[in-house]
Amino acid sequence: MSEDRGIWVYSENKELMLELLGKGSELASKLNTRLTAAVLGHDVKEQAKELVGYGAQKVVIVDNPQLREFQVEPYLSALTQLTQQHKPELFLIGSTRRGKELAARLAARLNVGCVPDCQELNVDDQGRLLAGRIVYGGNAIVTQVFRIKPQIVTIPRRRFEKSEYKETSKGEIIDAENIQVEPSKTQVVAVKPIEVAETKIEEARVVVGGGRGLDKKEDFKILDELAQILGGQVGYTRPLAEDRKWFTEWVGLSGHAISPELYIACGISGVIQHVAGIRDSKIIVAINKDPEAPIVEMADYIVIGDLYEIVPALSVALRKLLAST
Amino acid sequence: MVRIFVCVKQAVDVSQLKVDSATRRVITLDAPKKISDFDKNALEEAIRVKEKLGGEVFSVTVGPEDAKTTLREALAMGADKAFLISDPIFENSDTLATSYILAEAIKKIGPFDLILCGEASIDSFSAQVGPRLADRLGIPLITYARKLDLEGDAVTAERSLEDCSQTMRAKTPALITVTKEINEPRIPSLMAIMKASKKEIVLWKAADANIASEKVGESGSAVQVLDILAPKMERKKIVIKGETPTESAEKLAKALVQEGVIGR
Ligand SMILES: Cc1cc2nc3c(=O)[nH]c(=O)nc-3n(C[C@H](O)[C@H](O)[C@H](O)COP(=O)(O)OP(=O)(O)OC[C@H]3O[C@@H](n4cnc5c(N)ncnc54)[C@H](O)[C@@H]3O)c2cc1C
Ligand SMILES: Nc1ncnc2c1ncn2[C@@H]1O[C@H](COP(=O)(O)O)[C@@H](O)[C@H]1O
Repeated sequence: MSEDRGIWVYSENKELMLELLGKGSELASKLNTRLTAAVLGHDVKEQAKELVGYGAQKVVIVDNPQLREFQVEPYLSALTQLTQQHKPELFLIGSTRRGKELAARLAARLNVGCVPDCQELNVDDQGRLLAGRIVYGGNAIVTQVFRIKPQIVTIPRRRFEKSEYKETSKGEIIDAENIQVEPSKTQVVAVKPIEVAETKIEEARVVVGGGRGLDKKEDFKILDELAQILGGQVGYTRPLAEDRKWFTEWVGLSGHAISPELYIACGISGVIQHVAGIRDSKIIVAINKDPEAPIVEMADYIVIGDLYEIVPALSVALRKLLAST
Repeated sequence: MVRIFVCVKQAVDVSQLKVDSATRRVITLDAPKKISDFDKNALEEAIRVKEKLGGEVFSVTVGPEDAKTTLREALAMGADKAFLISDPIFENSDTLATSYILAEAIKKIGPFDLILCGEASIDSFSAQVGPRLADRLGIPLITYARKLDLEGDAVTAERSLEDCSQTMRAKTPALITVTKEINEPRIPSLMAIMKASKKEIVLWKAADANIASEKVGESGSAVQVLDILAPKMERKKIVIKGETPTESAEKLAKALVQEGVIGR
């Protein structure tokens, strides 16, 4: 059995897998080592070939009918054995909810460390991997180093760019040997798909954010209108999704992190967990009736007033301005 | 009669953190502490199950000795007993070491039906300790539960993933991590607070729970912190004032055009 060492990547989410390959390629060339992708599932040869096009120098496949659907213990046991056999120095895992559980338990089984949700991943001049992540509810960035290997990190969606697809890329594709798949300890008794937004809020140039200052779901039409004029999208705070159940996604520490040119926060108090997700916006506007709201300290432009008056007035003003330019 | 253990972390109250503006260093030393938010949801859920089925709820904490004050709150909410696993050698333990300590302590406390953890802790937000603990104990795990039902030796929980919501079932003993949405934690009454002062807080040092010193603290940890800095946040903070909403809106619109962020 060959020990590859080097960098390995895995995510059950295909897009995220490509982003891991993007970051992985960059790190592999900095560390002068190889990039390997692990592919788990059933009938996944085609997927493996595609990953080579996206920069995997090697793909190791675990093809097993028991891996047709994602289930933690079967996937975890396969990944654990792969890691034990090939001894990667660094394993990048996609930070979905499934992936985070997988990474934590992989680290537990191997008795090693795991830095979840890395926002930064760099190599210092001693060749050490520096893993940076947000802590203290968005108040701080902690930089960590590993004392033992393999180093496991998880990486959120859309944090790093995926690499370019090249038809001509070459890579080795092999089947893993001697992998014992452990049965699942839990049973999925029902699944309900969640509608996922087709447009990605991370890619919007302008985001109009709405918070609990909006009394009814229907009132979002004034934000929709503003967003439309600006060619942007509407985002939400977490309570609108998780408490009021109006939406399924939100912006912030536990939701999407965005970095638009312009973020307009309407009826949003600017609690740190929300701000953690908008920090990289170029310009932040706050529309709030409370001059003491924390968002006021986080904004470039502040209008103190009732959003039900200001937002429609802003739409009118912008329409006029944009028509005249 | 069910036995539920709740892992309760004494976390830094992140809303009260201060930053040294010159160095951007976050001042964590004297920061106020509290029960990590989602751990209160875990406690509340455990207490509700106990109220329905009868049994005991124990809270288990790895932390400094002063966590005792925090633990009184868990007892006031309705936990029957608190275990504080505390030893100076635990300082700077990462999630690898912390989950090891918790696992050893839990083995010593005895059998259980459920262990509940928070989805993640409010200060480190790593979502690691629960899954690691389940794996160490070799028991089923359901993460991110927003609804939970215990019936006989089966636990059913609902959770949301990015693309679907799932109803999961597992045999007990099992570990469940819960989200904020699962319930609204109760605020203890004065009576409950008074009663809590009579409840027991068991204090164990490393040796009391057979914890090996080389597996904890800095030397037993796999990751090490280099620095903790506040992110840069420099904003213009220009307050736009107008006689009417229309006037404010027009001024704002002009400013945004000047910034070059609208109208390509
Ligand atoms: C661990 C953890 C993770 C979290 N993650 C996230 C996250 O990722 N994203 C997130 O958003 N939240 C998150 N939260 C929740 C967060 O702490 C706040 O509760 C939430 O962001 C507040 O939402 P809000 O601003 O909409 O509501 P509120 O805080 O209630 O603010 C409403 C604001 O609207 C203003 N307002 C009311 N009416 C009007 C009006 N007519 N006109 C103008 N202004 C008006 C009020 O002055 C107030 O400032 C998290 C919490 C925890 C504990
Ligand atoms: N020191 C600790 N003592 C007890 N429980 C803990 C401790 N640290 C973490 N936990 C539990 O693990 C969960 C996740 O923590 P974390 O991995 O830090 O995000 C918390 O919500 C707690 O239930």
